[in-house]
Amino acid sequence: MTERAAVTAESVYKVFGQGAHAVHALENVSLSIQQGEFFTLLGPSGCGKTTLLRLIAGFEMPSGGHILLDGQDVTDLPPNKRPVNTVFQSYALFPHLSVRQNVGFALKMQGRPKAEIDGRTEQMMALVKLESMADRKVAQLSGGQQQRVALARALAPQPKVLLLDEPLSALDLKLRKEMQVELKRLQTETGITFVFVTHDQEEALTMSDRIGVMSAGKLQQVASPRDIYTAPVNRFVANFIGETNLLPVTAAKGGYQLGCGVIVSADGNGSTLSIRPEQIRVADSKAKGAIEARVTNLVYFGTDVHAHLELGDGAKMVARLPLPPGGDTGLMRGSNICVDFVPGAARLIGE
Amino acid sequence: MSRAEDQQKKASARNGWLLSAPALALLIFAAAGPLLIMVAYSFMVKGDYGNVKWGFSWDGWVGILFERDIFDGTLRLASAHLVIFLRSVKLSLLTTIIVFGFGFPTAWFIATRNPRARAIWLFLITIPFWTNLLVRTFAIGEILRTEGLINTLLLRLGIIDAPLQMLYNEGAVLVGMAYVYLPLMVLPLFAAIEQFDMKLLEAAYDLYASRFKVLWHVILPIVRPGIIAGSILVFVPSLGAYVTPRVLGGGKNMMIGNFIELQFGQGRNWPLGAALSMTLLVIVSIALLFYVRAINRGAKGGGHG
Repeated sequence: MTERAAVTAESVYKVFGQGAHAVHALENVSLSIQQGEFFTLLGPSGCGKTTLLRLIAGFEMPSGGHILLDGQDVTDLPPNKRPVNTVFQSYALFPHLSVRQNVGFALKMQGRPKAEIDGRTEQMMALVKLESMADRKVAQLSGGQQQRVALARALAPQPKVLLLDEPLSALDLKLRKEMQVELKRLQTETGITFVFVTHDQEEALTMSDRIGVMSAGKLQQVASPRDIYTAPVNRFVANFIGETNLLPVTAAKGGYQLGCGVIVSADGNGSTLSIRPEQIRVADSKAKGAIEARVTNLVYFGTDVHAHLELGDGAKMVARLPLPPGGDTGLMRGSNICVDFVPGAARLIGE
Repeated sequence: MSRAEDQQKKASARNGWLLSAPALALLIFAAAGPLLIMVAYSFMVKGDYGNVKWGFSWDGWVGILFERDIFDGTLRLASAHLVIFLRSVKLSLLTTIIVFGFGFPTAWFIATRNPRARAIWLFLITIPFWTNLLVRTFAIGEILRTEGLINTLLLRLGIIDAPLQMLYNEGAVLVGMAYVYLPLMVLPLFAAIEQFDMKLLEAAYDLYASRFKVLWHVILPIVRPGIIAGSILVFVPSLGAYVTPRVLGGGKNMMIGNFIELQFGQGRNWPLGAALSMTLLVIVSIALLFYVRAINRGAKGGGHG
């Protein structure tokens, strides 16, 4: 069975402004998001992720390329003709309406019968646990509650795709964690395709089925959170998702040679080796692939300690070493140790 | 509370009264004073050559709606007065509607410019305030009159054979009042629209509202305080308009303001003029009461508080 993609972007370009002042917000972005998927667009601010979302919603028209929803070309349709709804970063709730009226707004605009509007509105408010607030004005709600109204309002008309533009960024850390779980639950319960925009890599990793990492108007990599983390395709992705150590390598007999001369094994293609701090461990000096290093700094993190290391050729690395029960690794600033990489953890990446 | 704090508070209260004393004195003598004289005059007997004579009489108030037959002294409904009242209310309402029709897009346009352009546009809107009202009203007359700008142009272009009669009718009064009061509508509307969160447009548009429905269900309810304020600011002075109907309406299209003036002038009926002034004040007060109530309801409804 071949299922149609919920959202398809075909070589989409977006240019703001003209001539010398033109800003290329999106360059040749092609993307396919599956039905029922929790898809996250991740990238630093100004990378074009919000522009892509606005193109899907219809707030912006592409300078080139096509947007398809459920197999249908919607490139020229205005937002009110597209079966997608948006949860805005600022929520954009209607201040003159109650919670109930906000949630029922889209259904009313569609001219659905009153019984259906009332029924679905109740159902949606129950889904986000706001029944007791139904007749309040939105200004009387807390940030977290407003967030739930925004979600219920966007979900009420049962869109094919729900677009979420950094919806959690205005919440404090604790509430943000709660809403992450909540969002995932809503997505599973409703089965609606979610396209989530964020600059927070942790948010992306914990919630998404797949992540599209963006930078400078281009899609850098589209993959599952696990693949994004363990097998980044380039320097940008490796650096942006989690922390990593990047070391130049040259191909050599039996593996790849580091600047300090040690030969290690690694997967992938490219001339830069990426190794996560937690994949570095203290090793016996006689072990194969053991790297001599000097500890330049130690930073205590409670669960582990970050050891800043300097290799023989002057290259720097950070290793995250677990702390034993006593809390003492026996390492000292200035001491020389040997480390190696967890097998299969080192990865070669392109530029 | 410590003694020092207590003293400071007393001193600040005393200073407050002292500072506002000139304004209070001015208000009492210049606003309340004439008003009280008007109330008194409305209950006095009219003099033969204008002015009033001592003595209590309801004649001024009765005269608002009724006229006394010269021969048998019976009271009749004064239909001419009613026509003037109705014309005043009708023209004021129409002015308010017309001015809103022109003012809303104007205010929207200004509020959506960048801050620098906004300041320039607002400045341009207030320029007519700098010129004397009478001069501006005569200028409108110049445009509308039989040998005026529009007629000359239409005749030259051969669109009409004879000049159109555009001056000295209710239409001319409407044009004049709409022109004069437009800034009073634009400014409060601008203030309300400037506060409007433009994200709400995208939200409504995203939630399947057509452009008209966005206007009707989102923009208009949210900027309602501005609409009400602007409407009151236009309606109230329109109701008492004097110069515009006098210059552009000719003698036939009198409004309450002209009618009042008539009683103090040629009519030589000061008690009636005073009673009419008080009536106008009551109508305006009712309009303001409606305004305050609507604003309060809006504040509760809008939930900004």
